[in-house]
Amino acid sequence: MGILDGKRILVAGVTLDSSIGFATAKVAQEQGATVLISNFGRALSITKRIAKRLPVEPPVLELDVTDDEHLAALPDKIREHVDGLDGVVHSIAYGNPETILGGKFLDGPWDDVSRAVHVSAYSLKALAVTCAPLMSRGGSIVGLTFDATVAWPGYDWMGVAKAALESTSRYLARDLGAQGIRCNLVSAGPLKTLAAKAIPGFEKFEEPWLERAPLGWDPSDLEPTGKTIVGLLSDFFPSTTGEIVHVDGGYHAMGA
Amino acid sequence: MASTEEIRSNLAEIVNEIAGIPVEDVQLDKSFTDDLDVDSLSMVEVVVAAEEKFSVKIPDDEVKNLKTVGDAVAFIERAQNG
Ligand SMILES: NC(=O)c1ccc[n+]([C@@H]2O[C@H](COP(=O)([O-])OP(=O)(O)OC[C@H]3O[C@@H](n4cnc5c(N)ncnc54)[C@H](O)[C@@H]3O)[C@@H](O)[C@H]2O)c1
Repeated sequence: MGILDGKRILVAGVTLDSSIGFATAKVAQEQGATVLISNFGRALSITKRIAKRLPVEPPVLELDVTDDEHLAALPDKIREHVDGLDGVVHSIAYGNPETILGGKFLDGPWDDVSRAVHVSAYSLKALAVTCAPLMSRGGSIVGLTFDATVAWPGYDWMGVAKAALESTSRYLARDLGAQGIRCNLVSAGPLKTLAAKAIPGFEKFEEPWLERAPLGWDPSDLEPTGKTIVGLLSDFFPSTTGEIVHVDGGYHAMGA
Repeated sequence: MASTEEIRSNLAEIVNEIAGIPVEDVQLDKSFTDDLDVDSLSMVEVVVAAEEKFSVKIPDDEVKNLKTVGDAVAFIERAQNG
């Protein structure tokens, strides 16, 4: 008996077993879900290898969330494996570490900023609109943010993209509410994933987190984040939408 | 226990499959990035494939120390024996 028994879940954005998406897929399977995972470009071949490390090897779909043809083809690809979806996890972000991360905020060029916003924020809308026709009442969409209410060292334009993601999620909650589909975000503390290691100065986040989070924080433990995402995918948050749930050891609630 | 040469040649096949480098170029003294032009994403995939092939765990923090083919072979040997 699991809290996702019988549910069909797409997790978009799994590269390594250190990806938040991997931990999510794992917990979802343990809770009874049928899981599909996706990735894009050259990382797709890594995903195909990593998929074998999940409790049940899931189908791996190709999806570049900025490619309209991929999005248009997605529902048919999903239907090859399942007859609909109950949940969609958006675990995707990208910002050029050379130009728009790492302390060069004032020089960040628009082309790279626009790419970051497209991949990291607009894509939540694109994925939601693509998948909503496959979903019915009670469906759940969950994305991943890093607290965008404040400025962080080095996070720079990725922080701006996350602010856009947080707002996008609220508007999706508004516009998909009539169909009974929820949209929420999990705001995770710093985790040692491939994406995080690409952020120059990412280690700077860790120290204060360990000191301030009342529950403590382990940057290499993805399970708390995966479990919370699975909670939001389940039927146990039936009236929660447009919400941001922090999985950060309590860091965000402390003044110092 | 696999010999150094067996590990090197199995690793060379992996590098060939993922990055298209001729197997005979994958020698112990060669640097993955400087000599073989294996970029960081391919290196990630080589590590994942090597973990499967040799039944070892190559921690992320270790990967940056694996500069040459010889470094990787030595790590795999140690991990298999440890
Ligand atoms: N690691 C952290 O500290 C942390 C904290 C809070 C939130 N997050 C967020 O969690 C999410 C997952 O990141 P992660 O840390 O697991 O890193 P990750 O690198 O494992 O995952 C990011 C994924 O995005 C995919 N991706 C990038 N561009 C894409 C595109 N155009 N189309 C489709 N997929 C694309 C990558 O291939 C990768 O699988 C991201 O939104 C990230 O911002 C991470």
